[in-house]
Amino acid sequence: MKIHWLRLLCLGFVLWLGLGSAHALTPADALALAAGDGDERIEALNRLSVDPDEKALALIQALSNEAVKVQGERVLIVADDGRATDAVSGEVVALGEDAEDVMVNNRLRGALEAAAALRDLFNPDPVAQRQAAALLQRSALDEPDDSTLPALEKALAGELDPRARASLEQARAAMQLASDDEAQRLAAVQTLAGMGQPALRPLLLRQLEEEGSEAVKAELRTALAALDRKLALASGLSQAFTGISLGSILLLAALGLAITYGLMGVINMAHGELIMIGAYATWLVQSFFKSTLPGLFDWYLLAAMPVAFITAALVGAAMERSVIRWLYGRPLETLLATWGISLVLMQGVRSLFGAQNVGVENPSWMSGSVTLMGSLTLPWNRILIIAFAAAVLIGVTLLISKTRLGLFVRGVTQNRPIASCMGVNTARIDTYAFALGSGIAGLAGCALSQIGNVGPDLGQNYIVDSFMVVVLGGVGQLAGTVYAALGLGLLNKFLEGWAGAVLAKIAVLVFIIVFIQKRPQGIFAFKGRET
Amino acid sequence: MTTASVSLPAPGPLLTRGAFSGVMVALLVVCAVAPMLNLLVPADSVFHLSDYMVGLLGKIMCYAICALAIDLIWGYTGILSLGHGLFFALGGYVMGMYLMRQIGRDGNYKSDLPDFMVFLDWKELPWHWALSDSFIATLLLIVLVPGLVAFVFGYFAFRSRIKGVYFSIITQALTFAALLLFFRNETGMGGNNGFTDFKRILGLPIATQGMRMTLFVITGLTLLGFYLFARWLVASKFGRVLQAIRDAESRVMFCGYNPLPYKLTIWTISAVMCGVAGALYVPQVGIINPGEMSTAASIEMAVWAAVGGRATLVGPIVGAFLVNGAKSWLTVAFPEFWLYFLGALFIAVTLWMPQGVVGLVKKFKKEGKA
Repeated sequence: MKIHWLRLLCLGFVLWLGLGSAHALTPADALALAAGDGDERIEALNRLSVDPDEKALALIQALSNEAVKVQGERVLIVADDGRATDAVSGEVVALGEDAEDVMVNNRLRGALEAAAALRDLFNPDPVAQRQAAALLQRSALDEPDDSTLPALEKALAGELDPRARASLEQARAAMQLASDDEAQRLAAVQTLAGMGQPALRPLLLRQLEEEGSEAVKAELRTALAALDRKLALASGLSQAFTGISLGSILLLAALGLAITYGLMGVINMAHGELIMIGAYATWLVQSFFKSTLPGLFDWYLLAAMPVAFITAALVGAAMERSVIRWLYGRPLETLLATWGISLVLMQGVRSLFGAQNVGVENPSWMSGSVTLMGSLTLPWNRILIIAFAAAVLIGVTLLISKTRLGLFVRGVTQNRPIASCMGVNTARIDTYAFALGSGIAGLAGCALSQIGNVGPDLGQNYIVDSFMVVVLGGVGQLAGTVYAALGLGLLNKFLEGWAGAVLAKIAVLVFIIVFIQKRPQGIFAFKGRET
Repeated sequence: MTTASVSLPAPGPLLTRGAFSGVMVALLVVCAVAPMLNLLVPADSVFHLSDYMVGLLGKIMCYAICALAIDLIWGYTGILSLGHGLFFALGGYVMGMYLMRQIGRDGNYKSDLPDFMVFLDWKELPWHWALSDSFIATLLLIVLVPGLVAFVFGYFAFRSRIKGVYFSIITQALTFAALLLFFRNETGMGGNNGFTDFKRILGLPIATQGMRMTLFVITGLTLLGFYLFARWLVASKFGRVLQAIRDAESRVMFCGYNPLPYKLTIWTISAVMCGVAGALYVPQVGIINPGEMSTAASIEMAVWAAVGGRATLVGPIVGAFLVNGAKSWLTVAFPEFWLYFLGALFIAVTLWMPQGVVGLVKKFKKEGKA
C-alpha cells in the first residue's frame, strides 16, 4: 500500500485539478466510512471512490494504513509523527483521550484494495493498469459484487491497456452474471466462457441453479463444459510437467550409473553418495560466494557445476583405482565393497559438515514461476532442471559417440582384448570412464541441491531409483535410460494423481519387478563385459 | 544300450566327532551354563551374566539365524539376496501383532484395539489382524507369511532366470516397496513407529528375568536346530545340486536338472528361517518397525555371512557374533567410528578375505601342518 501512496496523491491531484467535479468529502460520508456498520462503510467507500477529491483520497489511504481515529463526531487522520488532522476540514486537532482507533475488517480491507485498484486503472502506466485489472478480476471471480460496477464502466469507457481491458471485461461479466437483463447475462456468460479460471466454476454453477431463461441456461452449460475441458487439459498438462520434471531428475541421477553400470558393468552402490558429494560441493561453492563474492551470488551455480563434476569425478577415480579395479568380474563382491565405500563416504561427510541438512539457496533467477492457461503454474527451477538434464544428456551422448575417449570406452566395453591389442590402455580407460560416470553423478547432485534438502543421506534416496531406471531401460544404452527415466517419472506422477505418493511409488516398484519378469532377456542383453 | 551306473560317494555322517562335541558344548552353554550364570550366580560375582548381556546375546543369535539363512542362499547357491530384511521383518511383524493383542486393555487408551489404531480413530481391527489373537495361528503365520511371499516372488524371478546382481537389485526393490508400504499408517502396522510397549506373551509378563532367559534358550535351541538342519541339507543330494548350480548353472541344466525347484526351495527355506529369527527377535528387543526393512539392514546381513566365511556353516554364525559384538561395543565407545569400521569391513572382506574368518583359520591350520 505504501508504494501506491505517491501515485495516489498525484492521481488525486490530477483529478482535483482536471475534473473539478470531484465528489467532495462531507462529514457524514467521513463518519459513515470510519464508524458506520459494515454495509454503510462499504457504501460510503464506493460512493467516495467513484470520483474522490483530495481529502476523500487521503482518508481512504489513511484507512488502508489503519491510521484513522474517531473522536466524537470528528474523523481524524493520524500522521506517522502522531499529529492528528480533521479528515474533512483539514485543521490540526489535539488528540484527546476519547479518540478511538478505527478497525478495518477483512471485508472492508478487500473493498479498500478494490478501490485502490479502481483508482489505479486511471494510472497511465500499463503495468499498473494490468495489475489493478488482474486484482479486480480475481476479486470479481471470488465474490462478484456489482457495487463497483459503475466505477468499472467508467474505466472501460476510457483509454486502457488491451490486456487490462480484457481482464476488466471479464470482471464486469462476472458481476453482470446475476444481472436482471437477460441480454446482459447472455453476453456475460459468453465473455466468461473464454476464460479458463478454476474460480469461475462455482460462479457458473450457482448461476445455473438460479437462472430462469432457457437460452442463458444452455449458454451456461456450454460455458461450463468448455471450462471443464480447459481445466482438465490444464491439470493433465500440469501432471505431465511434474512427471517430466521427476523424469529429468531420475535421468540426471541415473545417467552416471548408465555409464558405470550400463557400460562398464560395475555395480556401484556408492553412486548415491557421489550425487551427495556433488550437492555438498555446490553448497561449499555457494557458501564461498556468499562470504567473499556476494555481488556475484546469482551466478555461483556456473562455478558450482564444474566444481561438483570434478570433485565427484576425483572421488570416483580414487574409488576405481583403490577398490573396484580389483573386483572386475565379481559383481556381487563389487556390490558389497561399494556399499562399504558408501557408508564411509556418508560418515565422512557427517564428520566434516555435521549430520544436519545444509541450506543451499537458489539464485534469484531460479525462483518464481510462469503461469500458463490461467491455472497451470510451472516453477522456474523445475523448468531449468529439465533443460539441464537435456543438456547433460546431449553432452554425454556426444562424448560417447564423437570423441576419442568415447570411442575407447565403447571399444573396451565391446571387446577388451582386441582394444588392448590395438594399443588402448584399458586400465586407464576404465578409470576415465568411471570418473566420467561419477562426475555426472556430481552434476546431478548440483541440480538436486536446487530442489531438495542437502544432507548426508541425500544419496540413499536415489540409489534404488537410479538402479531401477538403468535396469528398466536396458543395460548398455543411453537411449533406454532416457525412456525409462521419463516413463517412470510420468507413470509415477499419473499414479500419484489417484493413489497418493507412497502407493504410487510402491506401484511403480512392483510394476518394474513384474516388467522385468516379463522381459528379462530384452532388458538384460548385456553387451558389455561378461559378469 | 546299457545304462552306465553312476555311484556317488556315500554322504559322510551328519556330524564328525569334532563337530558333535562342538554342538554338545553349544547346547550345554545355551541350556545350562548361561541360565545358571544369569539366574543363580549373584549379581556382584565376576561370573554373573547380566540381563543386558542375555538380551544382547539373544539378539545376536537371531542375527546368526539370518546369517545362516543368507549363507544357504548365497554361500551355497550363489544367489545374493538384498531382501532378507523383508522376511525378517515379516516374521517380526506377525509376532508383533500377537504381542500387541496381548497388551489387551492395558494400553494408554484402555481400549480393546492397539493404541495406534485408537490414535488413528479406527473402530475395529482390520482384516489382516483377524488371526492375531491366537498364538497357534501366529506360530503358523510366522512360517507361512515370509514363506509365501518368498515362494511367489522367487517363482517368478527364478522362472524368468533372473540371476546375479539383477536378482539382488530386484530383491532390493521389493524390500524398498515393502518399506514404503509399512511406513503408511493406513497399512495398519503402526506406520513409522511400528509396534512396541509389549506387556505379555501367552498371558505371562514379558519383561521378567525368567521370560528373558526362556526366550534366550528358545532362540539358542532354534539356532542350533537350524544349524543341524542346514548341515544335513547341504550334505544331501539336494545340497550338492545347489552347489552345482552355484558353480555352473548351465551345466546343471545340461545334465537334465531343472534348477527352478531347487532354487525356489532353498530360497523359501532361507526366507522362513529369517522370518523365524524375526519372530524370536521381537519379544526380546521389544520393538519392531519398518527400519528392519531398510536396504542397509539387508546388506548388513550379507556382510555377517561374508565376514564369517561363505559356504561354511559355522562361518555365518561366527560372523554374526563378531560383527554385532563389534557393533554394540563401537556404537557405545566410538559412535563416530562405527560406520567407518563397518564400511572398511565391507571393503576389506571382499578384497582380502573372500573366505572370511573361517577361511583364514583354515589357511593358518594348513600352513601349521605343512
